[in-house]
Amino acid sequence: MAYFVQQLINGLTLGAVYGLIAIGYTMVYGIIGMINFAHGELYMIGAFVSLIAYLLLGIVGVSYVPLALLLVLLAAMAFTAVYGWTVERLAYRPLRGSFRLAPLISAIGMSIFLQNYVQILQGARVKSLPPVINGGFRLFEQGGFVVQMSYLQVIIIVLTIGLMAGFSMVIAATPLGRAQRACEQDMTMAALLGIDVDRTISWTFVIGASLAAVAGMMVTLYYGVIDFFIGFLAGMKAFTAAVLGGIGSLPGAMLGGLLIGLIEAFWSGYFSSDYKDVAVFAVLVLVLIFRPSGLLGRPEVEKV
Amino acid sequence: MAAARVRAALRDAAMAAAVAFVLAVPLVGFETVDFGRTGTGIATRFGWVWIGTGGVFVVRLALAVSGAARLHWAKVGPADSPARLGSPPKHARALAGLLLVVFAVALPFLPFASRYLVDLATTVLIYIMLGWGLNVVVGLAGLLDLGYVAFYAVGAYSFALFARWFGLSFWEALPVSGVLAAAFGVVLGFPVLRLRGDYLAIVTLGFGEMIRIILLNWSRVTGGPNGLLGIPKPSFFGLPLLPRARDGGVTFHQFFHIPFSPQQSIVFLYFVILFLALVTNAFTLRLRRLPIGRAWEALREDEIACRALGIDPTKVKLSAFAIGAMLGGFAGAFFATRLGFISPESFTFQESATILAIVVLGGMGSQMGVVLAAIVLVTLPEFGRAFAEYRMLLFGAAMVAIMVWRPRGLLAQRAPSIRLGPAEGR
Repeated sequence: MAYFVQQLINGLTLGAVYGLIAIGYTMVYGIIGMINFAHGELYMIGAFVSLIAYLLLGIVGVSYVPLALLLVLLAAMAFTAVYGWTVERLAYRPLRGSFRLAPLISAIGMSIFLQNYVQILQGARVKSLPPVINGGFRLFEQGGFVVQMSYLQVIIIVLTIGLMAGFSMVIAATPLGRAQRACEQDMTMAALLGIDVDRTISWTFVIGASLAAVAGMMVTLYYGVIDFFIGFLAGMKAFTAAVLGGIGSLPGAMLGGLLIGLIEAFWSGYFSSDYKDVAVFAVLVLVLIFRPSGLLGRPEVEKV
Repeated sequence: MAAARVRAALRDAAMAAAVAFVLAVPLVGFETVDFGRTGTGIATRFGWVWIGTGGVFVVRLALAVSGAARLHWAKVGPADSPARLGSPPKHARALAGLLLVVFAVALPFLPFASRYLVDLATTVLIYIMLGWGLNVVVGLAGLLDLGYVAFYAVGAYSFALFARWFGLSFWEALPVSGVLAAAFGVVLGFPVLRLRGDYLAIVTLGFGEMIRIILLNWSRVTGGPNGLLGIPKPSFFGLPLLPRARDGGVTFHQFFHIPFSPQQSIVFLYFVILFLALVTNAFTLRLRRLPIGRAWEALREDEIACRALGIDPTKVKLSAFAIGAMLGGFAGAFFATRLGFISPESFTFQESATILAIVVLGGMGSQMGVVLAAIVLVTLPEFGRAFAEYRMLLFGAAMVAIMVWRPRGLLAQRAPSIRLGPAEGR
């Protein structure tokens, strides 16, 4: 029981991270109907920016941890958002209206480019960060096994809930959210009604990238090690989460992220951690076979 | 008027440079440095930030001045406008192909052919074959397969395992490898091919990773990270190319009464892959003219129209996927026999990306384009360390640039094999 609760906590933490990345996938898919393969790399860039920002703050002498973390968060979100904007502007916008595979291939190219860009600039070796926040709550003890929830896990889960609530508000109640929903339904019609479609799409990428940056920062703090390749697996899992929840659906992305996090945590907790990634892909394939529209998604109708 | 345009161009370039500056500051401006056990430190290199920013400004301005910027940001028009279909006449292409084949056959006997050159040519041919195999999937059927290396791995490992456990020789195991790879393709493709193309891309990506993880962890069968050793070399119609036959049989050099040299084996391997590649080429060229090949191309152009005409998209896609996988399996078996050693290291996503880059750069659907792209991409790292280091960076950038500027490929264009109505030049 105690072990189960511990894995549950770990899974929720992991799920929060995946959920944040999955939102970027699902939002972009909802609006322009393409999988942004480079999204995982944005998360990786977010992780690197937060690492660098944190180290810089250490040099400057900001030693009050909450302030430092807040600044790191803002820096990571801001810089990664610019990366997200640029990726869209350079690699996707010129391709609107091109043939079907073009944006996909362009996205793959972008993903390979960003990975190697960071590898060349920051080196291929694993970067480590000493633990920033130590300690945690001892929830209960059973048969000598202590169930713990570290402060960092609390921060990650609370921050994720806060961001998702704020984000849902943006979609539901702001002019930008309205424009996004309109573009999702019918881009041409939205343009005819005076919505700046290009701007709306740019904002979508900016928001998605900044959420991915938050996820990147959380992972940097949580695991303490990052390298240029983390975007690949995390992006894949977040995509699986988006598909599991129903791609195009925002609550679906959050739900899918949580489920994937739980599956991964329980799989490595009860079976072998060697095959935890295989388990996640197996989930992806099973979902695609039995429920391609995902848990909360609508079935897709292909139109001429 | 001109002044206004210059000002607009300057403002545009300044904006681009500002964005480049913001992008460069965190990742170019600062470098994380390892301090051994104590953790990570940081170094600055702002010179590069200024160089990069300035570079973007100049390039952007140059683009605006040359008017290319306007063209670039304009919507990409239909690429099948008559001007772009101007491919060289058929007989010229056939002649070029023939010359290339003659050159390829003669290559090992040319005076400058060193052991190194033949080895390099063999590598190029493996990639050409992989490119042609992937071309069936991506170029003809329009399915984006990002885990092609998985089939390559299946082919390589199935040959290695069959050779180890059942003592099959290369020529006996080759068909088995192909069939197994095709079977994997069918099993993988079946659930996914009913869905939109994007799903296929990501599932194949995941599958490629999955195969690698399984190969890495299932040590009892695959040898784990150590891989498999001692994979037999192919024989020349039953004559082994060894200094001495193991079971007292006749070897190649004894049979032909020539002195033994290790060069023979290398040249022989070269001819084996050349033969396999040419068979692949002939096979796919024939397939394109069969109803199934036309169905692939039709499906690539318009899936809904195909369904309306009674083509079953799942079956047609599945056949393309399986044939592509089979060709990848053949190439994998050859890869295993050539090196005599395989490990999961050889089957990473980078490999898939390289093959995809070959197909995309060569022009999807074009056989000749794949050859040229494979030659360029494989020999590029041989020119020096800098090329090797920046190779993947360049691939990625090139893939984006080609999609933006010339979506139908840099070196060649794909055109439907058959089209209705008055074709030009007839």
